[in-house]
Amino acid sequence: MSDLPITLSNVSYRVGETSILRDVNLVVRTGGPTFVVGPNGSGKSTFLRLAMGLIEPTTGTIDWAGSRDPAPRRRAMVFQQPVMLRRSVMGNLLYALEQAGVEKSLRHRHCEELLQKVGLSDLADRPARRLSGGERQKLAFARALARSPEVLILDEPTASLDPSATFALERLIAQAASEGIKILMASHDLGQVRRLAGDVVFLHRGQILESAPVQDFLAQPRTAQASAFLRGDLIMED
Amino acid sequence: MNEGSSALALVLSGDPALYAIVRLSLVVSLSAVGLAALVGLPLGGLIALTRFPGRAGVIVLLNAFMGLPPVVVGLAVFLLLSRSGPLGSWGLLFTPTAMVIAQAVLITPIIAALTRQTVEDYWSDYRDELNAMGVGPLQRLMTLLYDARIALVTVLLAGFGRAAAEVGAVMIVGGNINGFTRVMTTAIALETSKGDLPLAMGLGLILIAIVFAINASAWALRFYAERRIG
Repeated sequence: MSDLPITLSNVSYRVGETSILRDVNLVVRTGGPTFVVGPNGSGKSTFLRLAMGLIEPTTGTIDWAGSRDPAPRRRAMVFQQPVMLRRSVMGNLLYALEQAGVEKSLRHRHCEELLQKVGLSDLADRPARRLSGGERQKLAFARALARSPEVLILDEPTASLDPSATFALERLIAQAASEGIKILMASHDLGQVRRLAGDVVFLHRGQILESAPVQDFLAQPRTAQASAFLRGDLIMED
Repeated sequence: MNEGSSALALVLSGDPALYAIVRLSLVVSLSAVGLAALVGLPLGGLIALTRFPGRAGVIVLLNAFMGLPPVVVGLAVFLLLSRSGPLGSWGLLFTPTAMVIAQAVLITPIIAALTRQTVEDYWSDYRDELNAMGVGPLQRLMTLLYDARIALVTVLLAGFGRAAAEVGAVMIVGGNINGFTRVMTTAIALETSKGDLPLAMGLGLILIAIVFAINASAWALRFYAERRIG
């Protein structure tokens, strides 16, 4: 079973009278990390939540490898503010492994491997809600990996982290990408885009204005809005 | 003041009849909490997590039932269990079991309504994360009840407080039979009307002490658990 490619066709999302996304068409395929960039309020989070299947588009369709069933099979998500279950670090991971359908006898070994991978082995028995922000994101990342995902969707996971925690998480993301996991990630940090992205989708006021390989996007943006964004101008929403 | 000191003397004397009354009160009210929890926790969780026509009406009804008058519950259970009632053949009227049933009926809405509120709050926090993990409906209910366990202890405590303090329901379905269905609240009512104020006050003191002790230990448990699991 596969979740790729994710195909969004003429997708719009409205809340009441407010249009969050308009006429989005995109196919997310296997390959390097795809970064969704754009100013605050451009619709990045909504786009990712739609791609994850957490919300339904107002109009248009989304399918995962041709299936319109939004139940996640081989995809996982890391949120900007991940919710820690009220259990230990290990309890959180065992829960994720159970939900992913991992056989009970294998869960503990998987759990230890994942803790090792994200560097939380020493904190296995710590209550998850007592972790620091960086540690929480590492645990959220491990929980996502527990699903052995084909696609990993990340919504600005480093937005509220300090530089060293950001660096640690970026290494984990790069490693996952090198292991063949498709990364679909939102960011407004251009340095991070430069370090990690394969290609870039530029969202502005709910519309995709550009979709290009990262070098092309950074060197020669085709729209005035993207140029302004890259220069670091504040793009105001009106 | 004289009555106050004889009340204290009675408490400290360890009078067996007095302690039998205290023990029965605890057994009845704790059993009622257990029974009500068995129904109220899943029911409240289910209402929190499902959408169905008339849901708002059910929630309003449940909240209104939190204020059910104990004597009315007692009367309803009395009618059910009386010789000519639908469950009369069970022969439960004027037994401790009948008292447990009456108190359970009284506090099930309290536990269900407060659980519904708690689980709904947790769900709004957990929704995206659990959906992203592909958690199914039944697992979702179990997960939220488990993760809300500390908050739900307080919910059960509210139920216990209500059960231990009420007098109307147990009086009607238990009959206040000496040595068999007499509990603290019915004894206090009886002794006060008979004029045996020391005994009434002694029982009152014990009742307050028990409620205080249970609340204090639940608070300590909560304090400890919150430091452990956050």
